[in-house]
Amino acid sequence: MTALHLHGDLWMAGARLIRGLALDMPAGRWSCLLGPSGVGKSTIARLIAGLPGPHRLEGALSAGDGMPLAGRVAMMAQDAQLLPWADLVHNVTIGARLRRARPDTDRARALLSAVGLAGLEARRPAALSGGQRQRVALARTLIEDSPLVVMDEPFSALDTVTRLAMQDLAAKLLAARTVIVITHDPLEAIRLSDRAWLLGPDGAEALDLPDTATPRDWRAQATLAAQAALLTRLHRPEDAACTG
Amino acid sequence: MHRLNTPVLRGALAMGGALALWQGVVWVSGAPHFILPGPGRVAISLWANAALLLEHARFTAINLLTGLAAGVALGVATALNLALSPGARLMLRPMLIFAQAAPVFALAPILTLWLGYGATSKIVVVMLVVYFPVTSAFFDGLMRLPAPLADLAQIMRASPLRRLLLLQAPHALPALASGLRLAVVTAPFAVVVGEWVGSSRGLGYLMLMANGRGQTDLMFAALVVLAAQSLVLFAALERLARGGTTAPQAGQAGAMPDFG
Repeated sequence: MTALHLHGDLWMAGARLIRGLALDMPAGRWSCLLGPSGVGKSTIARLIAGLPGPHRLEGALSAGDGMPLAGRVAMMAQDAQLLPWADLVHNVTIGARLRRARPDTDRARALLSAVGLAGLEARRPAALSGGQRQRVALARTLIEDSPLVVMDEPFSALDTVTRLAMQDLAAKLLAARTVIVITHDPLEAIRLSDRAWLLGPDGAEALDLPDTATPRDWRAQATLAAQAALLTRLHRPEDAACTG
Repeated sequence: MHRLNTPVLRGALAMGGALALWQGVVWVSGAPHFILPGPGRVAISLWANAALLLEHARFTAINLLTGLAAGVALGVATALNLALSPGARLMLRPMLIFAQAAPVFALAPILTLWLGYGATSKIVVVMLVVYFPVTSAFFDGLMRLPAPLADLAQIMRASPLRRLLLLQAPHALPALASGLRLAVVTAPFAVVVGEWVGSSRGLGYLMLMANGRGQTDLMFAALVVLAAQSLVLFAALERLARGGTTAPQAGQAGAMPDFG
């Protein structure tokens, strides 16, 4: 486990996207970056994961233990990124295969069973539901054993009930890891985070979270109150003028 | 049973219709049988010359399959190489485009001059004709790895070769199948052109010879055998493409154009 520090200005193809970022994401905790579409959330995910793109950070991105980030970040995206031609075991072990390592199929089966897909190992992704596909992606993320996990809107495409179940499952299986969740869903941020920030062009604003343990019960008074407060915060007067 | 029978039935009906039309043209035009033999005459010739046709068909089929296999193997290897090495891309791609623009059929006479009247020149013509569509279709597929899978390769720290073999190649199989379809359709032309230019064996040679001697019914019989060969080849490929490459998935079926 390692902490992650992200400081500076985020640029996108010559234009400044976010100014004065100061994110200190603690080791072994879940940090959420919340923000509206287009603010640069996914760009931050790509930046941390070391993926190419037209983005540039004027500042510093570093791990708390001082080691380089390359090769130590696992990512789970909104698109499950599954191989349509391969069965689930093959999909979960693709990382080892791509690195010329021996794929641990026993562990893959165990993880598939842990995410609730026992008995479906021989299926192809097309024969799964959206929620099941994200479960496969979760198993594939888990088998990597990376110190850092970036989740870029992992459950956005799922229906509300499935999303809540997936949040619980991910929180259970990725507990005590350094996880960065990118989301536009206030409830998701409140349920899962130990730290949460609201992203805007002028930097990240730390959010108040309930004192309870994650994943927070969506029915609990503290969770609902925090969600209401956050929605009020997001629903600014100038935005209200736009939406009527 | 019903489902299995309908395509066969439809095929038989279409065939019957075509034969009836053919016979109709023969009757109405009153053409002499050495200009346009009817289906009956061709059938008799097919039966009477079965041994001769079989011998020449064997020669043609072996050259066709050898050339096809060599062309496909070479095309697949070239495409993999091009996808792996930017340097090779820079060098080979313009050459490929030029080679595709030049009609390979037109090279048949010179190939015969260089390689003689035997099997080699026919095999090489087929190989060249097959090589370009297979290379370009497969290469295109290899270079079109969807962005999410490219991200996956990067995050998983894939070696370039593993990325190619485990992600790009399986993703490009439908594209390869399209290239193969094109190859299988043009290969029989190529082998016959090779035989026309200079050969003492093969169905192409038999057609030329029969035509020269006014044995039009034999020429048509050779043509029928040739068409049957092409059909068998095409059907075999379809079977292979359906079973092997994309192990059909509801959402992905559209990736493969249906020529049938």
